[in-house]
Amino acid sequence: MLRYALRRLAISVLVLFGAATVVFFAMRAVSGDPATAVLGPDADQAAVEALRREYGLDAPLPIQYVQFLRRAVTLDFGESFRLHDAATNLVFTHLSATAALALTAFVIALVLGFALGTLAATRPHGVVDRVVSVLSMLTQSLPTFWVGIMLILVFSRFLHLLPSSGAASPAAMIMPAVTLALPLLSVVLRLVRSGLLDVLHEDYVVTARAKGLSETRVVGWHAMRNMLIPVVTVAGLEFGSLLGGAVIVETVFAWPGVGRLMTDAIAARDYSVVQACVITVAVIFIVINLIVDLLYVRLDPRVRESV
Amino acid sequence: MSDGVPGSAVLGTPVVPTGDGRPDGADAPPVVVPRRRRRRLRLWIPLGVIAAYLVAGVIGPLIARYDPIATSVADRLLPPGSRMSDGGLALLGTDQVGRDLLPQIMQGARISLLVGAATLLLAGTVGAALGILCGYLGGAVDATVMRLADIQLAFPSILLAVFVAGVLGSSVTNVVLTLSITTWPIFARVARAQTLATRSRDFANAARTLGAGPWHVVRHCVLPAVAGPLLVIATVQLGFVIVAEASLSFLSLGIPAGTPSWGTTIANGRDYLASAWWIATLPGLALAVFVVCVGVLGDELRDRSDPNLSTR
Repeated sequence: MLRYALRRLAISVLVLFGAATVVFFAMRAVSGDPATAVLGPDADQAAVEALRREYGLDAPLPIQYVQFLRRAVTLDFGESFRLHDAATNLVFTHLSATAALALTAFVIALVLGFALGTLAATRPHGVVDRVVSVLSMLTQSLPTFWVGIMLILVFSRFLHLLPSSGAASPAAMIMPAVTLALPLLSVVLRLVRSGLLDVLHEDYVVTARAKGLSETRVVGWHAMRNMLIPVVTVAGLEFGSLLGGAVIVETVFAWPGVGRLMTDAIAARDYSVVQACVITVAVIFIVINLIVDLLYVRLDPRVRESV
Repeated sequence: MSDGVPGSAVLGTPVVPTGDGRPDGADAPPVVVPRRRRRRLRLWIPLGVIAAYLVAGVIGPLIARYDPIATSVADRLLPPGSRMSDGGLALLGTDQVGRDLLPQIMQGARISLLVGAATLLLAGTVGAALGILCGYLGGAVDATVMRLADIQLAFPSILLAVFVAGVLGSSVTNVVLTLSITTWPIFARVARAQTLATRSRDFANAARTLGAGPWHVVRHCVLPAVAGPLLVIATVQLGFVIVAEASLSFLSLGIPAGTPSWGTTIANGRDYLASAWWIATLPGLALAVFVVCVGVLGDELRDRSDPNLSTR
């Protein structure tokens, strides 16, 4: 177990290093000179030179790369020229809003996914199952940003029930969280449905029924317990896709999170913030994957034996 | 999963009749529409809709001229079905600067289909070539490329697309490049798996025994086996690619502002939700119907090509 954990950790560090390298070279290769980006195209040549020296941009590329890595380890990505604050600070102040949004969406997706998936599985090919399956296909394929806008149209503009943007009140979280949850909801729902359908024919479920247990107890306890782990594992691995979706959802609902910070920074060519955002999200993503992976091994005795 | 022709509910066409209207499992012998016919509908309805989009995208902009820089103050924010000042009928309403929405949506269909086709062609070719190479050669090449693909697939693709598009800057070519970068691993995986499965089949071994070189074996033994699954994957991916293009354009990282795409039109309409709901709603509806049809078609093609993969 320890050896497996160490190996997974080593791979994670490698992936992170790769991500940082890609970010560095992508930014340097295509974006041109950050000093000109800061000062604008009409800036005085001497001022550009001075700034380049200050940022260490006059050094050869390999040296810049090493410096970038050294700073990245201490989470120093330089300062945002737009917001005049350290890029890392900006990311951290926006992180809590994204975390709150993503966690709420995660809970919504799990709760609704289990409820609807169980309903669908108890009467396969029934009316409920068909409605649920159409719903799941729609939530999976409809473009997130448009669904969000349609929710605003209905619930803010027509019904005046919920605020359309910002994070001023708890009610403002409802629409962004639901929008973000929909694609994951469809994943959870399918897993629960197919998982339950597989399990419901197993001997131990037949035994439970033969003992005269109520259907609620058979499905809700005996069958459910065995599929909880795989479903929660996949859902955990999909948590990263919530971070991706947050980029779009936060823009639609003007939610003050990392995703919106990143799109704004990209639009303004504020590269230190873009770097900080991408690397932070990559770290979160890799850490979550690592935790879910290790938990899975820890929780499932069969997998634990094999590693 | 997708039982009961989900596409039809969206299209507003009648849902497939279930015989005498009795619920499934009633005592009477099930007189439901034969499974065969239902499956045929699941193939032909989406195909028809996609063909309609193709026609609208190719021919539409030729008939209904769309001028991206024309503005007409008198025609601003007209609801669907209004007469415009030049006497033309704005069937789907006008936008915030008085441009007819219908030609704009048709132009958007053209761009979306163009980007979708170009991306699938590029990502499909590169992905398939790498996948076949890896599957055929194995060893270090295989390990390196496939590990790269694994890492990339593990990362949320929209985040990667936003980053790459932001770095490259917005243009049609860059959108195609960006989306190709995010989708190639899917093609590579499928091509590799198919290559591994056919490489050592009897007919490939026979060809090799008769003196065929690797190039001949790949062309005549492996490629035909790879083509089918790739086509299915391409159909499934078309929906994702087009949604990704629209999302990037919505974030103003995709198609540049001068060219109307569904994503940019929706983004414009977001500021006028209170006064003109149609600007954001209708292009999104066009996008949604298209994506759902492609999804149904992809599922159906997958089920047909490999019954084992069937989710039903």
